[in-house]
Amino acid sequence: MKTDIILAGVGGQGILSIAAVIGEAALEDGLYMKQSEVHGMSQRGGDVQSHLRISDRPVASDLIPLGCADIIISLEPMEALRYLPYLKKDGWIVANSNPFENIPHYPDREKMMAEYDKLPHTIVLDVEQMAKDLGALRSSNVILLGAASPYLPIDFFKLENGIRNIFGRKGEAVVEMNLEALRAGAGKA
Amino acid sequence: MNKQLFLGDEAIAQAAIDAGLSGVYSYPGTPSTEITEYIQNAVKKEHIPFLHAVWCSNEKTAVETALGMSYAGKRTLSCMKHVGLNVAADAFMNIAMTGINGGMIIVTADDPSMHSSQSEQDNRIYGNFAMIPVFEPSNQQEAYDMVYEGYDLSEKLGYPILLRITTRMAHSRAGIVTRDRKPQNPIRLEKEAKSKYILLPANARNRFKRLIEAQSAFLEASERSKYNWFSPPNPSEGGASSVEDVGRAVVPVAPPSGGHGRERGIVACGIAFNYLQENFPNGFENPVLKISQYPLPKKQLLQLVEACDEILVLEDGFPVVEEQLKGYLGTGLKVHGRLDGTLQRDGELTPDKVRKALGLEVVSPYNVPEIITARPPALCAGCGHRDVYEALNEVIKEYNAAKVFSDIGCYTLGALPPWQTIDSCVDMGASVTMARGAADAGIFPSVAVIGDSTFTHSGMTGLLDCVNANANVLIIISDNETTGMTGGQESAATGRIHDICKGIGVHPDHLHAIVPLRKNHEELKALIRKEIEYQGVSVIVPCRECIQTHARKVRKNK
Repeated sequence: MKTDIILAGVGGQGILSIAAVIGEAALEDGLYMKQSEVHGMSQRGGDVQSHLRISDRPVASDLIPLGCADIIISLEPMEALRYLPYLKKDGWIVANSNPFENIPHYPDREKMMAEYDKLPHTIVLDVEQMAKDLGALRSSNVILLGAASPYLPIDFFKLENGIRNIFGRKGEAVVEMNLEALRAGAGKA
Repeated sequence: MNKQLFLGDEAIAQAAIDAGLSGVYSYPGTPSTEITEYIQNAVKKEHIPFLHAVWCSNEKTAVETALGMSYAGKRTLSCMKHVGLNVAADAFMNIAMTGINGGMIIVTADDPSMHSSQSEQDNRIYGNFAMIPVFEPSNQQEAYDMVYEGYDLSEKLGYPILLRITTRMAHSRAGIVTRDRKPQNPIRLEKEAKSKYILLPANARNRFKRLIEAQSAFLEASERSKYNWFSPPNPSEGGASSVEDVGRAVVPVAPPSGGHGRERGIVACGIAFNYLQENFPNGFENPVLKISQYPLPKKQLLQLVEACDEILVLEDGFPVVEEQLKGYLGTGLKVHGRLDGTLQRDGELTPDKVRKALGLEVVSPYNVPEIITARPPALCAGCGHRDVYEALNEVIKEYNAAKVFSDIGCYTLGALPPWQTIDSCVDMGASVTMARGAADAGIFPSVAVIGDSTFTHSGMTGLLDCVNANANVLIIISDNETTGMTGGQESAATGRIHDICKGIGVHPDHLHAIVPLRKNHEELKALIRKEIEYQGVSVIVPCRECIQTHARKVRKNK
């Protein structure tokens, strides 16, 4: 078993938190993993990505080879498409539908969605609206993780434990809110 | 065994603590920053006594401070990005002359592909230059083990060790097994310390002879290193070719002895080994020599060369090993790599580039759609540098030939739209000195924009040059009271920039403080205009805290 995951978004959207939750859960499961992430200059509103590799055998490369990703999880619709060369033929994209428009020439929305239509397996969700409905404005990243959970090689309750570990220091209320967000996302998938 | 999830940087930090570290001295720089930050947090959280974990003014002061700690017999670490070692080079080269007492590891975090840097220099060359051992881990566990055991080796050899990592190693996480914590060394002075550390020519000549003599010990350490080993083409022959074997105490197995499929040998250095292995999940088809410790293990290389007709060298960064094996004329051994175009000469190595170099097909079913546009980083909304550039842009528009020399930091983003204010960004402190040189040449107005941390790192001496020459420059020190670009580490002279400039000799009439806010826009513009018109050195210090560190404080105090 080996699952290669690309996490994408814009600096500050919370992709590294999703990566940390999956990573904790994988390690708890006794799985091998490597997760490569971007720090520094790129975080200032630029595009960010993380390569997350989980396997029951040791993982060699820190980077996912082209055409090998099982899933792209993206907190921004255009950012998911940026990493398409990494996606395998029957791979999945799980993405937030809300554009983050901090650049002058953001692509036309319809043209962008047409690119999604060309792909076999996509889930595009308005996780920001879902977060508003839940009253958990800062948990849209976790909702997206919930939506991607059926495609991850990790039991759902272990992701819940991952949430408890990662958000535990922020207090019980934050943990509960994120657990609710995770379940809400999973319900939509 | 219990594994903990660590970044490569964190694995290095934890290993140093576990090896009995007494002091880490560094200057922040992506991708090395998290090492020192991790140790600072550990000291706070675990209340580790007598462990100094501090940011210094620059890499040179950091390495020298580490040498002082080592002089006293204690174990010490100094971490920097690759270009930081240029700043520390004077100290670094001469520590190879003095040697060390307490174990010393210097970490250089190189940045191939320049994710956050202005060059992709490969600092393994510095290891060759200084003639000291270099470690280059291929994975996070190896990084941990190398540091944990590296202190013993450093003390045994009497020389510092350069640990070379790259961005990918620094910023990639994996499960790590840690080891028991050792106590710190007591103060333990050397009897012959004066002849070692006083590098008067008479002593220095002796020390250089000692360094030359030590080369055979360094080579022997490499040839016996558990990080350098052969893997035969077929795993059934008992070689180490699964990832699990990496970092285990695998003694080099028998070298390849010729025969089927052995015409091409592969040398894989550091993280390149992972990319090679990714392409051979069921074991290698060629003889492979993995190298993670330098000087190059001559014995193993000779054995590989004897068994193979040609060698492919996989290394991240410059073709350092390739060049050494090939020789300048390239008339001997057939060596492939970055120099003959088998691999791209520049840029970070990837599993795909390695795959192509191996002659295997890369299958990528989807392309990036044409509508996708670049999303470069930008200054944060509400950042004080924005106010500075807005005011500066409006004033310099009034002049035909204004040039703005800038520097390394968040404010380098003033190069991009909508500001496009700056004309240069070269190295730490170069804004001040370039502005002076350009002013000497007749450029007017000649303006420098530098941040507070960069100013104390390497701008102060340049300002002194300006003052001594009464150069016709305007220096803007855009002070956000932190080292912002690397995530908000403390800045060396927060609250004291004004006094420092005064002390350096900037005339008080031409030294101004202002808060860069919208409401002070006109005032800032007037100041800039007035000081451009002044014939001589002027300094304006727009000072407002970084909004990132400010927001963090607000969250913490909630």
